[in-house]
Amino acid sequence: MITLSRSFLFALLALSVPLAWADPPADATSAPVATSAPAPAPAAAPAAPPAPSTTEPSVILNSQVNSGDTAWMLASMALVLMMTVPGLALFYGGMVRKKNVLATLMQSFAITCLVTILWYVIGYSLAFTPGTPYIGGLSRLFMNGVIYIKDVAAAAATKDAPAVDAVIGKVSVSHLGVTIPETVYSMFQLTFAIITPALICGAFAERMKFSAMLWFMAIWSIVVYAPIAHWMWEPGGWGATAGVLDFAGGTVVHINAGIAALACALVLGKRVGYNKEPMAPHNLVLTVIGASLLWVGWFGFNAGSAVAADGRAGMAMAVTQIATAAAALAWMFAEWSVKGKPSVLGIASGAVAGLVAITPASGFVMPTPAVIIGVAAGVICFFAATSLKKALGYDDSLDAFGVHCIGGIVGALLTGVFASTALDGGQAGSVLTQLKAVLATIIYGFVVSYIILKVIDMTLGLRVNEEEEREGLDVSLHGEHVE
Amino acid sequence: MKLITAIIKPFKLEDVRKAVGDVGVQGVTVTEVRGFGRQRGHTEVYRGAEYLVEFVPKTKIEIAVDDALAERVIEAIINTARTGKVGDGKIFVFDLEQVVRIRTGERDASAI
Repeated sequence: MITLSRSFLFALLALSVPLAWADPPADATSAPVATSAPAPAPAAAPAAPPAPSTTEPSVILNSQVNSGDTAWMLASMALVLMMTVPGLALFYGGMVRKKNVLATLMQSFAITCLVTILWYVIGYSLAFTPGTPYIGGLSRLFMNGVIYIKDVAAAAATKDAPAVDAVIGKVSVSHLGVTIPETVYSMFQLTFAIITPALICGAFAERMKFSAMLWFMAIWSIVVYAPIAHWMWEPGGWGATAGVLDFAGGTVVHINAGIAALACALVLGKRVGYNKEPMAPHNLVLTVIGASLLWVGWFGFNAGSAVAADGRAGMAMAVTQIATAAAALAWMFAEWSVKGKPSVLGIASGAVAGLVAITPASGFVMPTPAVIIGVAAGVICFFAATSLKKALGYDDSLDAFGVHCIGGIVGALLTGVFASTALDGGQAGSVLTQLKAVLATIIYGFVVSYIILKVIDMTLGLRVNEEEEREGLDVSLHGEHVE
Repeated sequence: MKLITAIIKPFKLEDVRKAVGDVGVQGVTVTEVRGFGRQRGHTEVYRGAEYLVEFVPKTKIEIAVDDALAERVIEAIINTARTGKVGDGKIFVFDLEQVVRIRTGERDASAI
């Protein structure tokens, strides 16, 4: 997602066009040799391959697809999906009490399925097709127009006609990733649309009705996620036009999910017995496994956001690893000095905070700024999740706000400070522009999330009743339990 | 006959089992339990939230023995379960009225 700097897209285009020109003529000249008739020279010249558009989805020849980029993006899609199921599901599942572990896993899994269908129906179109600066168009409803037509063998097609008239295979591409099939790009983006709402689950863990959660996530995905993704990433979006730098989703994913999480914590209220009864995590082994899967998957998230297997993806990968390590150590040492012990939950939380903060910056910063971003995220998120939460008194059960919104803000602002023009083909970062994007996301995300939650609360009800909450959501909502 | 019930530190279980086996005990029942004594509990901190864990995990072992063996079993437990620090546990000794082996219906000394 490269902030869609035009210069970058033009550079890609400049690269891909000559390559595309080079290939088909080679095929075309070898194929007609098989026909015995002397081919009329001018007729054998193939039509120019279509140049992919930089402003809207378009159709190109199969031969124009870059197989290296496509292979990496196929892998990235799978890595990012792994972040939600099972990564995030386990990360959160280990932190709740045992009576709620299945319900917590269920939230991530069900969101994965629900958002997939909504993305195919409307989400992809609203987020990633040209429209207004605020929302995309409807041209890709039901993924209409996302096509692939197989190449027809030239020999079979040229029995009565010259090879140049043969049906030539085509594939649609997004203007945000002109070297890979649009199927791959749209599914890669789907995995971002999945994990963002799934992150919110941390705020309302152990007390939200499953039905209300499904309604909230479905509506939120369409009216909050899709527009904000469009603002920041689609070249016509106002944020992208203004030069907002959000490589892999600091605003779109983390601040967005984090602020919705705060709205959830405020509207739903505290868990029964909060601050009176013990609510310690029931199994931190699950949490550490989950955090580790998030870490591994995040290379698809950040390096995959280069939408290419190139040097920029490599730099994004390197800074992701470095910032994560720095943040994990920073949280660990902060906790060690303030609370006396370096906890396992602390180092795992610090790693996630670092991954969050480097997300908007990866692809724009070099390794040394990555260390600074990591350390800042580790320390600031530690205080957000421990002191800030206690001071303000909300029950953000698993710190979705404290880690994702705060970490996202740290990353988004520091991206403006440290963005290197070398990595971005000349586009300089601006803290002010970044701040505008952060504030817009926070205000829009909070207000709309708050309204959705209030409407659901008045109609369906958001919370389970106290008896169900005490019994645990596993039994009361799903009729199952873990020994 | 005596029923000897001992509350010990969980990591001492293997040592105790071997020691009482060496003095001639034929069977031991083991239960994972929680409780507090002079050791009190400890504090756990999760992202700044402090929880006082008042009940400490312990292991309870129960051994039925002839009167003649009781003192040697108690000695064996003391010798192996002791670390010298607070929290080593306790031994409770009860008079045992009757023992029945379910398989054969044998009673008392021959059933132990």
